[in-house]
Amino acid sequence: MDKVSKHFKIIAGIGLTLVSIFWIFPLLFILMNSFKNEAGINTSPFSLPNADTFKGIQNYSTSIQGAGFFQAIGLSFFITIVSVVVIVLFCSMCAWYIVRVKTWYTSVLYYMFIFSMIVPFQMVQKTMPATATWAGIANSVGIILLYLGFGAGLSVFMFTGFIRAIPIELEEAAMIDGASAWRVFFQVIFPVLKPTAITIAVLNAMWVWNDFLLPYIINVKTIPVVIQGAMVGAYGQVNRGGFMAMLVLAIIPIIAFYLWGQKHIIKGVTAGAVKG
Amino acid sequence: MRVSKALEKWFPLFALPTTAAFILAFGIPFILGFYMSFNKFPRVFRLDSRTFQNMHWVGLDNYKAALQDGSFLHAFVFTALFTVVSVILVNVIAFTLAMLLTKAIAGRNIYRAVFFIPNLIGGIVLGFVWQNILNAILQWTVGRDITYSATYGFIGLVIVINWQMIGYMMIIYIAGIQNIPGEVVEAAAIDGAGWWVKLTKVTLPMVASSITICVFLTLANCFKLFDQNLSLTGGAPGDNTEMLALNIFRDFENAPTQSVGQAKAVIFFILVALISFIQLRATRSQEVDG
Repeated sequence: MDKVSKHFKIIAGIGLTLVSIFWIFPLLFILMNSFKNEAGINTSPFSLPNADTFKGIQNYSTSIQGAGFFQAIGLSFFITIVSVVVIVLFCSMCAWYIVRVKTWYTSVLYYMFIFSMIVPFQMVQKTMPATATWAGIANSVGIILLYLGFGAGLSVFMFTGFIRAIPIELEEAAMIDGASAWRVFFQVIFPVLKPTAITIAVLNAMWVWNDFLLPYIINVKTIPVVIQGAMVGAYGQVNRGGFMAMLVLAIIPIIAFYLWGQKHIIKGVTAGAVKG
Repeated sequence: MRVSKALEKWFPLFALPTTAAFILAFGIPFILGFYMSFNKFPRVFRLDSRTFQNMHWVGLDNYKAALQDGSFLHAFVFTALFTVVSVILVNVIAFTLAMLLTKAIAGRNIYRAVFFIPNLIGGIVLGFVWQNILNAILQWTVGRDITYSATYGFIGLVIVINWQMIGYMMIIYIAGIQNIPGEVVEAAAIDGAGWWVKLTKVTLPMVASSITICVFLTLANCFKLFDQNLSLTGGAPGDNTEMLALNIFRDFENAPTQSVGQAKAVIFFILVALISFIQLRATRSQEVDG
């Protein structure tokens, strides 16, 4: 690490502290106002709640029930967790197959997955819901299959990159010993894939949790969909305290997730930079 | 070869689930979307025989209508301007922070976490968080809303994307800076190079690949921006702050314009693919140089 002068350290410290306060301010602003009544939010949005403006946790209890926010939290957790498990499991299996079975259709498959990464979602925004409805998967369980399909591009791409670096001798030895493909994958390959699997799980968890357009167009009410609906459906009549309480509750799991897996998350997003 | 042979018959177990989901979610809709851009959509679009009886081939009419649509051209210019301004700001600020936070400064891990966290928050929530703050600030200073003018909306969007992406780019730049061998910087210092010379002749060339990654990542994300646009301004006032993705989304929401929307989506796809192609070329040429 560079040696730096004392002066520089002090000035940089002050500068960074000021910028950090600016960075954190939006979150504090929302948190603070989520405990106020409407008058307080309108007249003194930048001050802490006082005796006149404090509303307790009422914004968190009554105001958000009507919007179906509590159901949305449960649904978002369910969809995110199951989708991530499904994506990690099936994409690693598929990637192994693509790398180890060398025929024309595995390379076709591989390039199709890569191709899908550069296609913006608007391209399928109208036709995907129709296809999903036809297949009977335009619902809160079927959406998991849709996430597997859309997540396959990046996840298979990253898994194949890693599997190519694994020496094939390991698998050959296991197969000579009579192990089935199933056992070779789960006892030899998957344990080696674990770091990549964590990276891919992190990337997909962030994507699925925050995704708006996909659940919106097939009418699955996850957190972003409900938040957007609460704002648009209200036509200026929105209860802002309750709305900000929703924003706070939507952000808390993300911060908890970050505190829980900081190292993996930083590693994951750096590795995921390939997507572009 | 033995593994390949033994594994091949296991396609249904290993590759089929992902392939089937991929074909349903992406394959069929993509081909259908491309085909539909040359057709007039029926009012309700389903995968049934009635839909296919009610649609008719119109050739390039949808594309002509798309290119003659003033709102689409406006969205293109707005998106391009927003992208240029944001890419420059995000990368300059992120690089500056990365330079500072790779020096021995107390509490730098806390600073890194603070700058990075907004990146984890989704676009819809992010847009609404800032809508509340910016409206409060604007009400307090000039007595107006963010939807008052396109300039407010533009600046608001730039602030939101900076707040979201700077921390992410900073992490990539930090990784790049930490990979510079210490001897190189020391050698430059011994030769009496000042900070400007060290920055432009040593640091920047050494992190060129990080710069390429970050510039294209911000470029693609800004160009495709949707969630933040929808939640922060919703395109208001009028459709003056509508970006390309939102413009297409609005077309899909109304039955009469959905065919034109599909043609716009194909044009949008070609533009995004072009960016990816240029990125690939830039990365390749760097690998040759390095």
